[in-house]
Amino acid sequence: MKCSECNKRPATVHYTQIINGKKTDFHVCDVCATNKGYITHTEETYSLHDLLTGLFNFGSSKIDLQNDNLFTEIEELQCNKCHLTFNDFQRIGKFGCAHCYTTFKQRLDSIFRRVHSGNTKHFGKIPKRQGKHIYVKKEIEQYRKQLQQLIAEEKFEQAAIIRDEIKKLEAMEEGDHS
Amino acid sequence: MTLEQFMNEALSPWMREIGPENDIVLSTRIRLARNFANEIFPVIADEEQQLKVNNFFYEKYNKRSFRNYGTFELIDINDLTHIEKSVLVEKHLISPYLAKARAGATLVSENEQVSIMINEEDHIRMQLYFPGFQLKTALDEAFLLDDWLEEKIDYAFNEDIGYLTSCPTNVGTGMRASVMIHLPALVFTKKINRMIPAINQLGFVVRGIYGEGSEALGNIFQISNQITLGKSEADIVEDLQSIIVKLIEQEREARSRLMERSQVHVENQIFRSYGILKYSRIMESKEATTRISNVKLGIDLGIIDNISHTILNELMVLIQPGFLQHYANKVLTSSERDVLRATLIRERLMLENG
Repeated sequence: MKCSECNKRPATVHYTQIINGKKTDFHVCDVCATNKGYITHTEETYSLHDLLTGLFNFGSSKIDLQNDNLFTEIEELQCNKCHLTFNDFQRIGKFGCAHCYTTFKQRLDSIFRRVHSGNTKHFGKIPKRQGKHIYVKKEIEQYRKQLQQLIAEEKFEQAAIIRDEIKKLEAMEEGDHS
Repeated sequence: MTLEQFMNEALSPWMREIGPENDIVLSTRIRLARNFANEIFPVIADEEQQLKVNNFFYEKYNKRSFRNYGTFELIDINDLTHIEKSVLVEKHLISPYLAKARAGATLVSENEQVSIMINEEDHIRMQLYFPGFQLKTALDEAFLLDDWLEEKIDYAFNEDIGYLTSCPTNVGTGMRASVMIHLPALVFTKKINRMIPAINQLGFVVRGIYGEGSEALGNIFQISNQITLGKSEADIVEDLQSIIVKLIEQEREARSRLMERSQVHVENQIFRSYGILKYSRIMESKEATTRISNVKLGIDLGIIDNISHTILNELMVLIQPGFLQHYANKVLTSSERDVLRATLIRERLMLENG
């Protein structure tokens, strides 16, 4: 197999790229692979942090190209709790406090997508004490789905039990909030 | 002090326990990153703000005990000597980052299986170690520890993006699950080079834990998840579990193939390494790790008996610079370390035969 870039040298690097589930195969020679950045021979000196900072900057330059007004607005974005600016964040690659996530919210999805294979939503653990109401909310959602199902199947007796469960949980939630 | 006494005191007890799949998997670790909802993250917090967090832990968690891990002891990083810091890093009880932190501390459980780092990159980095291959147990235990801390701490948490961390690479679960694995046969047959890209594609990272860059000294690799957002902890652990199961299968197969085809050569390598470790007077760390890896393989293949399976775990820690200097109780030059390293290894092997 010949290199798909130069069509001269034999392809020695076989590379599969998966971006958001889309698979692309590359078959290139060592020289082209290095030139195109598919492989790097200075791996040791290139830290994860450099890579990430690069990713963030890429994000902002893209915004810059698409929308000048948005970009100037970003320049001024500053967290009012820890005073970190969006520029600072891009430079150090770290948030300064939990509030930064709210301040920079509109800019973060594209970064999360790059770092976490296209994901932007948490599907894991919820704090046991603090997240009690989130648990209950999810439980109610689950019951509602069951209820729909039971009604569709005309199992009304069971549906009534589920409906009471939902009411109980909802009452509990309201009691908690008041 | 004799080496035996020193080891009893210096090595973490769990390192000398035999865990599941001990012939290939050395240890399992779960790390969770957490932050206080209302405090500035340590990466930019001033000293006063960081001390506030330290004091909180001192008051609420010092000398408390949790499950069967024993009592937690708060260690202030600034109270430690340079050698003491190195020892904690080599035992993986603190990160190299924490060793350099301005106001770092760590809560270490009595059995040294749990360490809760304070004011690392995040306010809280809790980690739990288990001998051998025990991902699911480790995750269950990590969740219980997390719940225990959360009883008194308001975490930075957001319903949509999960646990908020200082670095966007940890947001979501804040979890890094990792397995330390010994793959001499896959390295020898170069099969590992083809497996690493496949593992990377699944969102997992393969690293040599000793040695720099991609080099894996002692054929020991650490495999951990890269993605923390969009996948539940249980799913991440399950995926890692299946990768490790595959690696174990492949390694076992490569080992038996090696034995079928070239038993004498394998035995020769193993016994030469054993002999060198047993009789050398000077031992550099790079050579030591290779030789120890060979001896461990010899034990696992039944070629060498009467040596404990945990020798690799133990020696890999004992021969590190911090540990050697801790044993000598003074600062040593690199050539002095090579001499002491050879002595320690010899004595450690003598303990087995005695």
